[in-house]
Amino acid sequence: MENFEQFLAKWPRERRARIAESATEEQVLAALCKDTLQPEDFLVLLSPAAAPHLEDLAQRAHELTLRYFGRAVNLFTPLYISDVCTNQCRYCGFNAKNTQPRRHLNMDEIEAEARVIADMGLQHILLLTGDARKLSSPEYIADAARRIKPMFASVGVEVYSLTEDEYRLLIDAGVDSMTMFQETYNPELYDWLHPAGPKKDYSFRLNAPERAARAGMRSLGVGALLGLDEFIQDAFCTGLHAWWLMRHYPGVDVGVSIPRICSHEGSFDIPHAVGDRQFVQYITAMRCFLPRSGITCSSRESAFMRDHLIPLGVTRVSAGVSTAVGGRATEADNSGQFDITDHRSVEEMTAALAGIGYQAVIKDWEDPTSTHA
Amino acid sequence: MEDKFILGGVELKSRLFIGTGKYSADNLIPAVCEASGAEVITVAMRRVEKGQQGIVAHIPKTMRLLPNTSGARTAEEAVRLARLARAAGCGDWIKIEVISDVRHLLPDGYETAKATEALVKEGFTVLPYINPDLYVARACVDAGAAAVMPLGAPIGTNRGLRTKEMIGILIDELDVPIVVDAGIGRPSQACEAMEMGAAACLVNTAIASSADPVRMASAFRAAVEAGRNAWLAGAGAVKAPGEAAEASSPLTGFLR
Amino acid sequence: MQLTVNGEKGDYADELTVADLLRQRGHDPAVVVVERNGEIVPAAAFAATRLEAGDVLELVQFVGGG
Repeated sequence: MENFEQFLAKWPRERRARIAESATEEQVLAALCKDTLQPEDFLVLLSPAAAPHLEDLAQRAHELTLRYFGRAVNLFTPLYISDVCTNQCRYCGFNAKNTQPRRHLNMDEIEAEARVIADMGLQHILLLTGDARKLSSPEYIADAARRIKPMFASVGVEVYSLTEDEYRLLIDAGVDSMTMFQETYNPELYDWLHPAGPKKDYSFRLNAPERAARAGMRSLGVGALLGLDEFIQDAFCTGLHAWWLMRHYPGVDVGVSIPRICSHEGSFDIPHAVGDRQFVQYITAMRCFLPRSGITCSSRESAFMRDHLIPLGVTRVSAGVSTAVGGRATEADNSGQFDITDHRSVEEMTAALAGIGYQAVIKDWEDPTSTHA
Repeated sequence: MEDKFILGGVELKSRLFIGTGKYSADNLIPAVCEASGAEVITVAMRRVEKGQQGIVAHIPKTMRLLPNTSGARTAEEAVRLARLARAAGCGDWIKIEVISDVRHLLPDGYETAKATEALVKEGFTVLPYINPDLYVARACVDAGAAAVMPLGAPIGTNRGLRTKEMIGILIDELDVPIVVDAGIGRPSQACEAMEMGAAACLVNTAIASSADPVRMASAFRAAVEAGRNAWLAGAGAVKAPGEAAEASSPLTGFLR
Repeated sequence: MQLTVNGEKGDYADELTVADLLRQRGHDPAVVVVERNGEIVPAAAFAATRLEAGDVLELVQFVGGG
């Protein structure tokens, strides 16, 4: 079977650009009436021709989101367990060249941090590490998952790319979901953005979600870091990646994350900053293309923005977030991976959601065989 | 716009498949073939009776035969019938039909998938006739089926696309041609299936049992072509999406 | 000798090939497929295939179907 990288090769940059540039208003309106959108339709909805129809897109996206998700939004929170990192991603606060102090939590610290999160009432947790295979090994991540699993209904990971066997190791430790941001689907840009470190291997990262699916991961998340490449390119490839995974792994729940690049420690000029209107076009087009897929919006976005994005298709938000390692149960003098804009606690988030007519869902799924008490 | 229809490695010009059953007289078949424009025609396999003439004599030599395995109740019987059909020297295409419930005549998905797997391994070009069940269809495709043939309604009922939603799912999800088989009673229904994105339709009873099969064959030909063209053209907006927008409060008003 | 042809038992001449049997029954060997004891007899072998007592034969051909 061809992998996603081979499939993506059938959609070269020029082809994507050509379809997007030649899209017409008629194509936009027709795509908004279709029950099932093809990749070409998605591209049309992301194109400049669709921009004047943003309200139409929003109405359609709202209708689809209500139909498939109702008025419920899932809450989760990230737990950074190590920011030691050997990569030099030009846009990231954990860049190995940044001289900030680093922290690497031991198992007791991880459990203490996780306990605070569990006490906030959250049931879905996402473990994150920097890319330091020797220190934050797959076994370390698996041990962390195993240690905290009794406190949570769902444990996800957002870590460096693993092999299929390593994903299996995590699944055996109780991990049920993995998120992998490709950052950009432009291989040349990717190469420039990642001057050194294991992350430089574009293909290994691109095909990581598929390896996780083959290992039996229940749920996958993909995403590009918006702002790195031209909007239309990475926006389209992200949707195409999720769509392809769903078609080939129909038993796996595939979602999309929509991070927009923001300031961090170090200096990086955002090459293609995505404005709010374009950001809304992205989310609503994604909802029309993938009506049943979860869309995750992190606390990079402001409370104001997140509250308005929820009716348009966002189904999963973080709450009570810290992007620094430690800092909840233990002292943290280190800085975070990125600056969060929405600082709301779980209680505040729940109340805010209720205020706009949505229910915060703490737990939407639990493996019936799990050890969680 | 180029619109190639490749099935089992063969390029077909017509997206209408016809059958040879239930005609008032078999000598109508050549004219029906001509009027339908079809290239693929189904036949069944039965014991010969003394003095009985087979159907092949009535089928123009230019047609491609698609023998079915009707009469089979199990995968093993379907495999046996397929081998017999191939021995007749008319190619290696086979429509798998396994029916063990003779009251409703619904295909047995499990046995059909098993037979598909076995026959693909023997080099047949396999077209399984199935209920439009995504899991059965996937099993057949994974086993190497060249197409899947979901039923629109129980066989011979002429009731149209009763399984429309399910066929739509197969069209969306599978990468092989979807040939709607069974149940199509009128040209408008064949047209509807093609508009949805079906690759082809197989029509037998509706043509054979009409008062004028030759004329009905040409009607189906036109309907299948019309539906295909509509699908290729891409339907326009059914309603102006703006209508809905006016009815509710704006969702993008927060963007300055 | 006794043969079972399409499910019916009957007495046939001792020296008989598949081609002889088809001719006797009035079948066109060009369109009939023969299965002998579960094995398909290739058309090219009809004349050379001698039948033996107790053989079970299926003679089939294409008929109308959908």
